Amino acid sequence: MFAASEVTEAAVALSSGWFLEHAWLIPIIPVIGFAIIILFGKRLPMKGSEIGVLSMLGSLALSAGAASQWITRVDGAAEGQFITPVVRVWNWWQIGGMKFTIGQSIDGLSIIVLVVVAFISTLVQIYSLEYLRGDRRYTHFFAALTLFSAGMLAMVVAEDMILFLLGWEIMGLCSFMLIGHWWEEGANSRAALKAFFTVRTGDIGLLVGISILYFASNEWTTKELGLSGFSIRGISAWALSGEPGSTVILIAAIALFIAAIGKSGQFPLHTWLPDAMAGPTPVSSLLHSSTMVVAGVFLVARLYPVFFTGFDILGTGSNLITIIGGITIIIAAALAFVQNDIKKVLAYSTVSQLGYMMMGLGAGAWTPAVFHIFTHAFFKACLFLCAGSISHSASHHSFDMKKDMGGLRKFMPITFTTWIISTLALCGVFPFSGFFSKDEIIDNVGHNGYNTFMIIGLVGAFMTAAYMTRATYLTFFGAPRGAAAGEHHDAHDAHASTHDAHDPHVPHYEDDSHAASGPHESGLLITVPLMILATLALGSGFLNATPFGESWERIKTWVEPSAVVVMAASSDGHSAEASGDAVVSEDGHHESPCGSETPEDGLCYAPQLKHAPFAWSKAAVSLIIVFAGLVISWLLCVALYTRKDKRLVGLTQRNAALGAGYRFLDNKYYLDALYENVIVKAIAGPIAAGAYWFNQHILDGILHAVAGTSRTIAGWVYRNIDQRVVDGAVNTSGKATRGAGGVLQPVQSGKVSQYGALLFSAAAVAALVLVIINT
Amino acid sequence: MFVNQFLILAAILFCIGVYGVIARKNGVMVLMAIELILNAVNLNLIAFSMRNGSADGQTFALFVIAVAAAEVGVGLSLVLLIYRNRRTISLDDLSEMKG
Repeated sequence: MFAASEVTEAAVALSSGWFLEHAWLIPIIPVIGFAIIILFGKRLPMKGSEIGVLSMLGSLALSAGAASQWITRVDGAAEGQFITPVVRVWNWWQIGGMKFTIGQSIDGLSIIVLVVVAFISTLVQIYSLEYLRGDRRYTHFFAALTLFSAGMLAMVVAEDMILFLLGWEIMGLCSFMLIGHWWEEGANSRAALKAFFTVRTGDIGLLVGISILYFASNEWTTKELGLSGFSIRGISAWALSGEPGSTVILIAAIALFIAAIGKSGQFPLHTWLPDAMAGPTPVSSLLHSSTMVVAGVFLVARLYPVFFTGFDILGTGSNLITIIGGITIIIAAALAFVQNDIKKVLAYSTVSQLGYMMMGLGAGAWTPAVFHIFTHAFFKACLFLCAGSISHSASHHSFDMKKDMGGLRKFMPITFTTWIISTLALCGVFPFSGFFSKDEIIDNVGHNGYNTFMIIGLVGAFMTAAYMTRATYLTFFGAPRGAAAGEHHDAHDAHASTHDAHDPHVPHYEDDSHAASGPHESGLLITVPLMILATLALGSGFLNATPFGESWERIKTWVEPSAVVVMAASSDGHSAEASGDAVVSEDGHHESPCGSETPEDGLCYAPQLKHAPFAWSKAAVSLIIVFAGLVISWLLCVALYTRKDKRLVGLTQRNAALGAGYRFLDNKYYLDALYENVIVKAIAGPIAAGAYWFNQHILDGILHAVAGTSRTIAGWVYRNIDQRVVDGAVNTSGKATRGAGGVLQPVQSGKVSQYGALLFSAAAVAALVLVIINT
Repeated sequence: MFVNQFLILAAILFCIGVYGVIARKNGVMVLMAIELILNAVNLNLIAFSMRNGSADGQTFALFVIAVAAAEVGVGLSLVLLIYRNRRTISLDDLSEMKG
């Protein structure tokens, strides 16, 4: 390869800094925090929760520092220069000829997710201080929450797929621990198992995908870059090099996508996510809406070149990712209409939004999808924490919107305001953050030729607006019902036993603060995180406000990897420099051959993406659809729930077709029944029966025969070997010891000076021996 | 050379110490004899350190002095407790360990 200086006058040295170089500390801090909490937590004054909050604050500070230095690095780079990730690699272990490394690779995508995860984790831990006060496993809760954050952060900074897998699995484990936090309730531990096994089903895909990529790419990456086939940079460059056959990369992409389906709750493995709401609300907020479930999306975004090449993303009108994403958007949104549990509405809404991200990635809208991770994290975390605030302070630990809520806007002004802001952000109303990300996804999906999916996105936006209006109406408007109306004064015990399924953590009967005061606003530890998140739900969209021109597209500048052909100047891939052969297309953007054709004498680390030009006419269409959803749903809610319109109430009972549809939705498309009754039983039943038969007839038969023979042999051994040989030997050695003891007895005179004399004479003899040997 | 004289002195001190440990009946005297042995060793360490031109031996001697101080402390407290219990410090009377 050439010397770098020949081809790159424009390239300047990229700035780095302490925070970028030491980004690997970000996941280390919560790991240490976890160890301290689990070992000493119960003895600390705040039961270990202070360590959790402090370690998350530490990670947040480091992430913020890294983010600002990354921004300096990007802004200081020349036009069209490839911004190399900040890489630090250490040897982990070595076996045979294979070397495994561990390390960090920080680029824009890592930075944005690091900031989101550390930020939301910090707020959720602060919120949990109040929400879980007095819980019987308070310390363990904070330990698991901290370990979870460590896993996610490790996955985000990972340089290679091994560390990625490690973080991924840590998250799965913590998810299991936290969903089943109140395992005394059978339903909770069942939900935890279901989540774990469903996600595990997908995880097989991750293992298979990593293995395929390793064996397919290792030779190439070692030769060209000096990296192993586990390195994410190596895999990315390999996927875009034109080297891999289309079959192998397609299979690898499908395997990895199955993992993403499981983790991100995509159809048909989405069933675990709504059940995961059995965990405490902060867990739902952190794990099952804003961070962990985006791990699947993150996987696709991280290894985007593999999917880009494997599915030929810009070349077709539909592929597996967009199909799964599109189906997920619609089916999850439809399910959200029939839920009475506020957290389940939000859970299905999460599933649906994750569908948007997947569909965006599948259709080549990488930047809007990543931006949607960013904005969605804020408003969805806020919505979940609002739901927690309601159950904590107003509805007596119930999440049932129809029975125990209604009219709460007067009692909980802060919760109400933050909820409304986040709902508008989720629906994608201008100028809330969801508009800038979701509308961009829909727009770019259409721009890249996926027209069917653009329509699905618009229908999804309509449904989102409608079901969120329904949830808002049932919760905050109308007349107070059930616990919200103070009913639990009379039926206290009955409520405690029937509505405890979600939050049985507080010993209700003794210190029930709201039994006396009815619904009221929550404390500051709950409302302050809500207000911070609502502010971001309102404002974070302006970080990539496409409608206001290119200078507003900060996230695009900072996060999107530059698709330029890079010279592999040295084998470590570090000092690669831009070749500057990107051509300027007619609209002033650099177009590089990355992704579309095989790069000559150079490497690509990222495919060239297309961006839809913003047009208010297109945005107006989606905004009108969203407003239609809001208004129609509002009118229906007023008619159905407040005026009890005779034409609407009981419609599902009177109309057979609608009734069937309702039952179909209410039973979640019978997917759970399919999995549990058909698949699990079909596999488990015959195998279990076969195993039982095998056990009874063959194993037991063998066992009995072996046992009989053993008995006979054992009897003979006892009489002959044990009694005669062994006992004889023991007795003889005992006698010998006794004799020796008798001979040596006089030496133990008890006189100190005699012992001293023996000691010194022994030393003298030893010295003599030494002298003789040495001469 | 000089070193020989040091070593001879150390050997003499060592032998006196060994004699004291074996022959003396008084516990305190035995402890003092042990101190002699230790200091003989110190002398050896310093002599060899001088001959090799390195400070390692002297450092070691400092450690030995510190350990010897601790050892005397433990030894004297043992003697004191023996005295309190038995009103004597004669080692010949302490023969409970006779086998």
